[in-house]
Amino acid sequence: MLNYLLRRIGYALIMIVLVSFTSFIIIELPPGDFLTQKVEQLRARGDRSAEQQVEMLRVRYGLDKPFLERYVNWAVNFLRGDFGESFEFERPVSEILGARLGYTIILALATTLITWLLAIPLGVISAVRQYSWVDQVISVISFIGLGMPGFLLALIILYFAIIVFNLEVTGLFSPEYQDAPWSVGKVLDLLNHLWLPALIAAITGIGGLVRIMRGNLLDTLGQPFVEAARARGLKNRTVTWKHAVRIAINPLITILGSEVFPSIVVGSSLVAIVLNLPTIGPVFVDSLRKLDMYLAGTCIVFFTIMLLVGNLVADLLLAWVDPRIRLE
Amino acid sequence: MENAQTLAGQTFVNPSMDSRPTLLEVRDLKVEFNIRGGVIKAVDGLTFDIKRGQTVGIIGESGCGKSVTARAILRMIPKPGRITGGQILYYRYSRYPDRDGAKKDVEVIDLTTLDPDGELIRQIRGGEIAMIFQEPMSSLTPVYTAGTHLNEAITLHRLLPIKRLGDQMVEAITKYRRVTKEEARQIAIEMLRRVGIPKPEQRVDSYPHQLSGGQRQRVMIAIALSTEPYMLIADEPTTALDVSIEAQILDIMRELQQTANMAIMFITHNLGVIASMADEIVVMYMGKQVERAKVVDLFYHPKHPYTQALLQSVPRLGPKTGARLASIEGMVPDPLNLPTGCVFHPRCPAFMPGKCDKLIPSWNKVGENHWARCLLYEE
Repeated sequence: MLNYLLRRIGYALIMIVLVSFTSFIIIELPPGDFLTQKVEQLRARGDRSAEQQVEMLRVRYGLDKPFLERYVNWAVNFLRGDFGESFEFERPVSEILGARLGYTIILALATTLITWLLAIPLGVISAVRQYSWVDQVISVISFIGLGMPGFLLALIILYFAIIVFNLEVTGLFSPEYQDAPWSVGKVLDLLNHLWLPALIAAITGIGGLVRIMRGNLLDTLGQPFVEAARARGLKNRTVTWKHAVRIAINPLITILGSEVFPSIVVGSSLVAIVLNLPTIGPVFVDSLRKLDMYLAGTCIVFFTIMLLVGNLVADLLLAWVDPRIRLE
Repeated sequence: MENAQTLAGQTFVNPSMDSRPTLLEVRDLKVEFNIRGGVIKAVDGLTFDIKRGQTVGIIGESGCGKSVTARAILRMIPKPGRITGGQILYYRYSRYPDRDGAKKDVEVIDLTTLDPDGELIRQIRGGEIAMIFQEPMSSLTPVYTAGTHLNEAITLHRLLPIKRLGDQMVEAITKYRRVTKEEARQIAIEMLRRVGIPKPEQRVDSYPHQLSGGQRQRVMIAIALSTEPYMLIADEPTTALDVSIEAQILDIMRELQQTANMAIMFITHNLGVIASMADEIVVMYMGKQVERAKVVDLFYHPKHPYTQALLQSVPRLGPKTGARLASIEGMVPDPLNLPTGCVFHPRCPAFMPGKCDKLIPSWNKVGENHWARCLLYEE
């Protein structure tokens, strides 16, 4: 088991290097760099010394060096905890992302939790009462959730919250706690602000997961071991949850690692922009537009790490849940 | 029409072949499946009874309603099927005295009137009438050990006596309690030993994928018998197994039946297996009971043309004759569009035109303890 873990972590490291390198190449692909945009801005303002300033900056950020050297420098510094400097904000990347990373993970975990807590029971009800009105209602709602983009839902909720209910829904903290040190009050305030964005981000994921859970459970309910469990005199609820759901849930755990968690981290970027949440998402989108390479690269590496950790957790969870895939 | 017995003001034919007390009486049972294309009469007018400790075989081709009958008894018919007529009378022998210590006598329960998810049927299901299935490979939940499965059945249905010494230093059993976790485990290990699983202390913690097909069916039998049921329904329990394993499983069932005085309803399409197991046989065709007799009578003097054809289609050992194996002519009819008159008439070698395709045969006595549903035997 330890051997397996070490091997998985080894693969993960190789993956991070490959992903960061590839993403660097992709960010490089469009013509120009951050400074060509900067020069345009300075020229537009009629700044004569633009060219000289730009040359200075180019040397400072190492943009005059060849691509490979730049990548290696950044990667080596990354290991030392120095993620480089953002061109746009003219501040170290670590400073920009520091707090946001924590909120991103909290939001992703909250979203995943809500997704599962809602999707699994709904999927189970839908399957157990197949073709009943409950099933029809759940199915219609999950198809709507599946089809509606999260940011649109966020906009609609924002409209109702602000215009109709006069609520404050943007951000993760009330103004009085924004810069306050951590306290019980601040945590409660965070939770109070967290549930709505988490719910919005969750809804798009819930729809699909409900359908998958429903389909899996319907398949499982037709299995002989379910009938055998019933023939033992067990209650229907025990048969459904202990025997059928326990088996039907396996594919969902795989999906959790490979799709749900990463898509929540990345996919909720648009929701985060709409709701003005201090997560990595909005910064990442912005950095890609501005060709702010070190910032974008660091974001990508963090996303990759989250994805790989999510995958590893899912695999361990699966091995824990299902003895058939436990490694001897 | 003899041995007419009255119960609840209704008269039924209750042919009694065995002097042992009755355990289960199926009377004119009808099960229908309402599907989009129409109504399938999966079981249509089935009548038989099972005595305590007796083995009754039910044979017939695939789709003749054997398995549906078994599920009707346990009230586990899958949707959209439902019982549309008849009765299933279960003579419930109280196993444990009531709280005041008085042992109640037999209570007759019509299983067809019970709520299929209710408390009473769940006590009977698994506890008093247990069932083993055709697919041993997938009848155990893959994520639980053999012990977990056994433990479920044992803690649900088994009670242990609380022994007390009475005034005369005689052991008096007046109270029962649920088994503890450790006791359940001991019972589970003992059951695995009895069904012939080697090293049961270790095997009890095995997951299904670590057991062979034969071992899994042994575990299923151990689960079914761990609750000391009055009756075991075996739905083609050896169909999926090798012949050598089949013989072992049948031996175990026979042996355990003798020690526990348990009735067996044995469902199969294998005539060789049924000949070695059953006291009495019911032959079914397209949901209808076509013949019923003692095992010896049925094999040596089959009356219904379907039974005769079925027996002729069994390959026999002997010098090669070059003759083709007899098979039953024609195809199994569409269950949504059954033939008129006798349902077997399009395939029947003794077809009487103008009679068999018009008249529905009734249930006729054709010999001592021998009945058939055929116009050949009608006056």
